[in-house]
Amino acid sequence: MIRAFIERRSDPGTEHAPAPPGDGQQAASARLLLAVIRLGPTLLLAILAVVFTVASPYFLTSGNLQNLGAQSSIVMALALGQLIVVLIRGIDISVGSVIGFSVVFAAVVGGTGNGWQFLLLALLGGALIGTINGAVIVWGRLPQPFIVTLATLGAAAGAAQLLTDGTAVVGVPELITTIGGGELGPVPTPVLLVGALGLLLWYVTTRTQWGRWLYALGGNPEGATRMGLPVGRITMAAFVISGVTAACAGIIAAGRTNTATPLAGTGAELDSIIAVVIGGASLFGGRGTVVNVLVGALILGTIRNGLDLLGVSPYMQQVAVGVIVLAALELDVIRRRLEERVKRLTALEVER
Amino acid sequence: MNSATTTAPLLQITGGYKTFGHVTALNGVDFQLYEGEIVALLGDNGAGKSTLVKVIAGVHQLDAGELRIDGEAVHFRSPADSRGAGIETVYQDLAVFDNLDVLANMFMGREHRTPRWLGPLGYLRNRQMLAAWKTASAELQVTIPDPRQPIGLMSGGQRQAVAVARAAAFASRVVVLDEPTAALGIRESRQVIELVRSLPERGMSVVLISHNMEHVLQIADRATVLRQGRVVGNAAASKENEHRLVSMIVGSPQR
Repeated sequence: MIRAFIERRSDPGTEHAPAPPGDGQQAASARLLLAVIRLGPTLLLAILAVVFTVASPYFLTSGNLQNLGAQSSIVMALALGQLIVVLIRGIDISVGSVIGFSVVFAAVVGGTGNGWQFLLLALLGGALIGTINGAVIVWGRLPQPFIVTLATLGAAAGAAQLLTDGTAVVGVPELITTIGGGELGPVPTPVLLVGALGLLLWYVTTRTQWGRWLYALGGNPEGATRMGLPVGRITMAAFVISGVTAACAGIIAAGRTNTATPLAGTGAELDSIIAVVIGGASLFGGRGTVVNVLVGALILGTIRNGLDLLGVSPYMQQVAVGVIVLAALELDVIRRRLEERVKRLTALEVER
Repeated sequence: MNSATTTAPLLQITGGYKTFGHVTALNGVDFQLYEGEIVALLGDNGAGKSTLVKVIAGVHQLDAGELRIDGEAVHFRSPADSRGAGIETVYQDLAVFDNLDVLANMFMGREHRTPRWLGPLGYLRNRQMLAAWKTASAELQVTIPDPRQPIGLMSGGQRQAVAVARAAAFASRVVVLDEPTAALGIRESRQVIELVRSLPERGMSVVLISHNMEHVLQIADRATVLRQGRVVGNAAASKENEHRLVSMIVGSPQR
C-alpha cells in the first residue's frame, strides 16, 4: 500500500512530458521572456517618452521635464517606503495621511521658526505613525496590514485636523520651501532629495543583510521564521521606514505650496501603490527593486503630464492608468507561470 | 552498528507530550538519537512525526516531557535556539526562498557581513560567501551551475540539494530532514540520498522522515515507528525487518 503511494509520488511529470527535443530551447526562451519582463518598466517609460516627444513639442523641454520631476517626486518618495512594506507582503494605506500629519505635527509642536527643527519633527511625526502601524501589526498580533493602516489613515487625518483646528498653517521655514520648490542648477531639489533617498534604500535593500532578510521574509514568511530571522523586528522597521519616507513626501509637498495643511496628500496612498505595482513589484511579496519602483512612479507622472500636454481629459487619464495597472498585475502572474515552466523543464533536463 | 549505545544519547526525548486544542499530537513519546546515527522516523500521516521534528527544531515546545542533549535538559523557545545548539532542519516544502539566489539561501541568517558594529545593516560580503560556498559544495559534491541564479528557477532536486547542503554546512551535531526526497525524480533522489548518507562521516547525526521505505532501508541505521502520537517500536533498518516495520506503521498484528 505504501509502496504504491511512493511510486506514484517519486517520479512526477514524466508521463505527460512534452516531446523530448527542444526542452532546452523552451527553457531558454522562457528565461528570455522573464528577462524582458524584468526590463518591462524601463521599456514602458522609454516608449512613453518617445511617444509624447513625437506627439507634443513641449514634452522634451527643460521646463516641462523639471515640472515633471518636481511633480513626481512626492509619489516617488511615497513609493520608496511603500516598496519596503510591499516586499514583506504588507501594504501601507496610511501614507496619504502621513503627508499632512507629519508637517502639521512639526508646525504645531515646534512652530515654523526653525527649519531644521521643523524637518526633524516632521520626520519624527512620520516615524510615529509608522511605529504605531508596526506595533499594532507585530505586538498587537494583527497581521492584516491593510486594515490596520486603513485605521491609521483615518486616525492620522483626524489627528492632523485636531492639531490645527481644521485650518492650514500658511508659511513654512525657508529650508522647507527650498527643499520642496528650489533648484540646484537645472535639477529641482525635491528630485535630488528623492534621488538620495532612493540611493540609500537601494543600498540597504541590495547590499545589506537586513535587505536580504526583507526579501526572504516576503518570499517565504514561514520559512523565515523557521530559519530564526527576527521577523517581528524586520516588519516593525519596514513600517517605520514607510512612515519616514511618507514624511519626506510631506516635507516636499509643504515646501512646494509653502503650507502645512492636514488635507495635503489625500488619495496619495493609492498613487504610491500604483507606482509600486507599475514598477513590477509583486503584491505577493519578495519581489521588486528600488530602481524599478522609481521608474514606476515616473511612468505614472509621465502619463499624467504627457496626456495633459495633449489636452486629453483627466477622466481618460484615470482610465489609462487603470489599464496599465491591470496589465502590470497580469504580468506578475505571467512571470510566476513562466518561472514554474522553467523549473519543470530544468527538472526534465536533469532526469534525462 | 555503533558502539555509542552505552553512553548518553546525543539527543533524547522522554515522555514527550504535545496537544493542539483537542488533538493529541504526541502522547508520551520516547525517542533517542545516538552519535553518528541515522534514525528514520516512520508512521502514517498524523502519527506525530512532523510534530516531533518541529519540537527538535524549536518550532513547537513540549507541553510535558523532556528534551535532552548530551544528557542535559534543554528548552528551545525558538528555531534560533535549536540552530544555536547545532541542529539544522530541512523542511519538506519550506526549505528554500524561491525569490533569492543559491548563495543567499545557503547563508540565510548567517550572512557574512562587515563591519560588525553595523549589525544587520552591515555590508554583505558576497565574494567571501561565494568562496565559502565553493568549498562547501565541492566537499559535499553538490553541483549547481550558477550559484547566483534564483533558486526558484531550479529543479526540485537542485533546490533540495542546496537545502541539505545548507544544513550540512552549518549543523555541528544533528541534521533533521522532513521528506527530503518527496517530489524528486529518481536520479535527483539518488543525489540527495548520497549526500545524507555521507553526513555521519562528517560528524553529524541524522533524523529522517520519509515515506519511501526503499530510501529508508538504504540510508538509515535504525527506524523508530510512531502511531497515534506514541512510539510503537524500534528496529534496525534492514531488509529483513521491512515487513515488521510496515506492520508496525499500519498497526496490523505481527506475523
